[in-house]
Amino acid sequence: MNPAYVDIIRIRFLMMLAYRVNYYSGIIIYAINIGAYYFLWQAIYGNQEVLGGFTINQMTTYIAVSWMARAFYFNNLDREIADEIRDGSVAIQFIRPYNYLMVKLMQGLGEGLFRLLLFMVPGMVVVCLIFPVTLPTDPTVWGWYLVMLFFSFLINTQINMLTGLFAFFVENNTGLIRMKRVLVDLFSGVIIPMSFFPGWLEGIMKWLPFQAITYLPSSVFTGRTPISEAGAVFGLQVLWCVLLAVPILAVWRAARTRLFVQGG
Amino acid sequence: MSANIAIDVDRLKKQFRVQKNREGLAGAMKDLFKREYTDVTAVKEISFQIPQGEICGYIGENGAGKSTTIKMLTGILVPTSGGLRVNGHIPHKEREAFVKGIGVVFGQRSQLWWDIGVIESFQLLRKVYKVPEAEYRKRLTELVERLKLADLLHRPVRKLSLGQRMRCELVAALLHNPSILFLDEPTIGLDILVKTEIREFLKEMNQEHGTTILLTTHDLQDIEALCSRVIMLDDGRIIYDGNLTDLKTKWSKGREIQFQFGTQVKLPQLEQLTAGLEGVQWKLVNEVTAVLWLPMAVNVSDAMARVVVVGDIRDIKIFETNTDEIVREIYQTEKTPT
Repeated sequence: MNPAYVDIIRIRFLMMLAYRVNYYSGIIIYAINIGAYYFLWQAIYGNQEVLGGFTINQMTTYIAVSWMARAFYFNNLDREIADEIRDGSVAIQFIRPYNYLMVKLMQGLGEGLFRLLLFMVPGMVVVCLIFPVTLPTDPTVWGWYLVMLFFSFLINTQINMLTGLFAFFVENNTGLIRMKRVLVDLFSGVIIPMSFFPGWLEGIMKWLPFQAITYLPSSVFTGRTPISEAGAVFGLQVLWCVLLAVPILAVWRAARTRLFVQGG
Repeated sequence: MSANIAIDVDRLKKQFRVQKNREGLAGAMKDLFKREYTDVTAVKEISFQIPQGEICGYIGENGAGKSTTIKMLTGILVPTSGGLRVNGHIPHKEREAFVKGIGVVFGQRSQLWWDIGVIESFQLLRKVYKVPEAEYRKRLTELVERLKLADLLHRPVRKLSLGQRMRCELVAALLHNPSILFLDEPTIGLDILVKTEIREFLKEMNQEHGTTILLTTHDLQDIEALCSRVIMLDDGRIIYDGNLTDLKTKWSKGREIQFQFGTQVKLPQLEQLTAGLEGVQWKLVNEVTAVLWLPMAVNVSDAMARVVVVGDIRDIKIFETNTDEIVREIYQTEKTPT
């Protein structure tokens, strides 16, 4: 592997540090989201003990963990790629001896690592102080979860890349990007866990990659999915990772021959 | 193919499919379901060869196909048909191996990372191109000294002026010591000082390292200062390929002689002097100064002999038509179908 990829992670990390206002506002937005969903679920549960297979405590933990995970796997690579294609600067990427998609992945990773260390970890401490979140004590759960979190990042990034690369084929894919964002938030289980969906929709969701981003790993972490099944969940993530690579490479190949550098 | 051919282009063609937008609401609805495309041929089967160590200027109007050619030569675009070999590679097929041997500067696009210091960009490029540390140091010192960049190295790229940025772009393109350098409008928007500096620098690079340079430009002074050869493109076809002097003699239609007389002169009086010389034209600049335009067919000495009989001539200047005018002339004549 090209040693420059590691540097790309580092540089993106430094760039994130340079834009500090984004960082602070991010913390506030996530705190508000977690708080809002916490109170919302409190109201929904009312006097009930269990809903959709979640106890209120599991639900609180699920929300906190899912949002924090989102901080790590979330990135704007779809928009970045689409912008670079639209303004033609993607051309510059072709004259360098590296793989553009790999560079993008590394940039996303740099961003993710930044948020993991400076956002997720301190954020989680604060959340644990305010809300009744119970984190698992079993180190194997933690170990599994961290690996799965990385694959959440990979799958989400792959979906982002695929969306972004569509800019090669349609003049404006802003609508597509927005739609994808809503789909991912809704169907990955950040907003509502999958088990709350009607049966038929939950059935469809099982065949889509979104649940592998948040719902499955968070379920393992909160203990709703027993640790003995963690291997199966992880296997599903790897499978999606491989499956998603296929259309990305196909689109990338096709794009190379029809690359139209805008602006002359 | 001979070994010392750096760029070999054989009937290269590039066609784009451009989406047609139909008019009105009904047209837009139709577009939603069935798109119509038109084929636009940007480069129409051009052929040329550039030997190693040559500086070649690639000129033409906007939209003539210059940038498209450069993008094919650098492996960014895939040609529709035709043969292409640069440095012995087929650019779009062996992209990663190929791009290690070339350097590219796009005047209108930065290839430095916008938010980080210049030196960080250079270091990243060192790793991207896998340049050994010692070699990188040596080369960077040389380039930084020559382009006087030492003060700028730690500034972020977005805080550089265009001239400063352009010099940094050159360093970025040359750090891995490429044997071919592609420059797409490298002097666009720069002031005359920076332009001269960049031209000087390119000339030195060419002489010392034997770097082959292909540059597109709208500034013909770039060509005059640098290029031993010019390829002129119009509407996707090569309309001239040769050296600059030949271009001038081939296309230049005439020259001008300016006379400054001791006494006041009148137009009819002057016209009478040159009566009989085919195609000459007089123009009064002021009361004592007149300009005589001579077509190529008329000898300068013949015209002078006619005029000097006036006796009281203070000054004579001969103006050759400059390249700008010649090129403008060519563009205009090529526009009107013959």
